[in-house]
Amino acid sequence: MRLIRMVQQQTKSAQSNKISTYLTLIVLVVFALSIVSLFVAVETYLIGDIITAGLFAGLGFIAMLICLFLLFQTRRQAAEVKLDIPKVMAVIECQNKDCANKTLREFQRGDFVFKDLDIACGKCGGKQMITGIYKEVKEKEKTYAV
Amino acid sequence: MSFITGSDSVTQIIGLVFYGFFIVFIFYGQRIQMYILVREVENSLHKLRHIKDEGRKRAIDVLNEIGKPTSDPTARVDRYLDHFTISPQSMDPAGIVNKLDHILDIRDERLKEEVKFMAPAVADNEVQINNLENTLEAAMALNYIYKVVRHFYIQGKKTLSLYVIMQLQMILPMVMKEAEAYGSALKAFAYGQPIGDSVGPLVVSRLMHGFEVRKVPKDCVVSSVPFEGRTALLLKAEGPGGNVGKPGQAIETVIEEQQGKLAMVIMIDAGLKLEGEKVGEVAEGIGAAIGGPGVDAFKIEEKVTKYKLPLYAVIVKEDIGDAVSPMRKEIHDAADKVIERVRDVVKERTKEGDTVLIVGVGNSIGVGQ
Ligand SMILES: [Zn+2]
Repeated sequence: MRLIRMVQQQTKSAQSNKISTYLTLIVLVVFALSIVSLFVAVETYLIGDIITAGLFAGLGFIAMLICLFLLFQTRRQAAEVKLDIPKVMAVIECQNKDCANKTLREFQRGDFVFKDLDIACGKCGGKQMITGIYKEVKEKEKTYAV
Repeated sequence: MSFITGSDSVTQIIGLVFYGFFIVFIFYGQRIQMYILVREVENSLHKLRHIKDEGRKRAIDVLNEIGKPTSDPTARVDRYLDHFTISPQSMDPAGIVNKLDHILDIRDERLKEEVKFMAPAVADNEVQINNLENTLEAAMALNYIYKVVRHFYIQGKKTLSLYVIMQLQMILPMVMKEAEAYGSALKAFAYGQPIGDSVGPLVVSRLMHGFEVRKVPKDCVVSSVPFEGRTALLLKAEGPGGNVGKPGQAIETVIEEQQGKLAMVIMIDAGLKLEGEKVGEVAEGIGAAIGGPGVDAFKIEEKVTKYKLPLYAVIVKEDIGDAVSPMRKEIHDAADKVIERVRDVVKERTKEGDTVLIVGVGNSIGVGQ
């Protein structure tokens, strides 16, 4: 379980290349071990120790399942990471001092800070202006306790 | 229950495999390590090529969309992307700043001409031409990064030298970060969105908005504004097109106009944050807060030294990726904090009636005045 969590955490960070290398390595090792385990299972079965054989066979299968699970897990997460591009927003403020109504809309081409807009304020009908343009990054940066 | 005992052949096989591993790693360990490294570099190189191609495509699309060229601009864009600049010889460094300045001027002019040629529909529209030039320059940087990484990758593979590959692999995370930053910069430039680096101009434009503005060479605007009982001369690159201007020359001009009678010069800029520092943190210091090839910093330092003016710097911390991608909210919000900080500095260290020069350094893309 801890291994999976570790892998998940790693996949979340942006560098997917490095992870795939490590992951392939881990998966390969686990895979090799599972084959050895199955081999041992057959060997012990031939000797006649059925309980041990069953144990090794079980271990082998579980290990193989974990391999498959890890592979699918990363595929899915790698696909998810790419989708999250934050939208750029424009802050629009009413120039009427008494109103000072603030609205937010998506950035449109041609917008710039301190651009007078033709659209009148929805509340008082006054002139409006763009006072800020920014993007909001949702994802929390990883913090290190140092 | 007997586990391994009794199955001698299994123990033998496992032992053999174990020794096999040892032998393989002793003789081929480095080789294996190199293949892993090469693969890693290869992956990054693929990604780089993807970013580069995307950038080129986007640049061509934007040119076609806004510039309405008469013929297909692809060939011209490719030529543009391979454009290079040779920095002046520094064996005898005296006077090198002016040489570099001159060469950068020519470069700027040449590239702008080229953009005007590729985008005849907006040739008179300074804002669009500046944005297009910035877009193409970002594509140019990506192209260059890709070529250099590819060069070392192929060289490493050819010579099968672990050390060539290792050097490349060591700096690759930083290179990738920069390339990704340029990739997102390209989008911001194409649309004319303010970037993290625009925080200096943003602060100054907030103070300057509503007052009369005049142009100063080169590509900068200055405005005289009452500020806490003092007169503030506010200087920024002209927006809202993508443009950094030449703050060095502009500051020289303004200081000379005032005959050096200024109480202080404050420069506001985006500063690279160290890992662990928060985006949008405001810090205060001393000296010329300006990046680039150093020409502007040199000119500013010369001038303030001539008149013995105190030179203060206020910076907003951000990393390279934030600096060239659309402005983050944290940075946007830091603008108000910067204004407060500047207010404090001016109130504490000057008298009423003094004149101060406040400079917002950075790319003025998407920030008007
Ligand atoms: Zn209103």
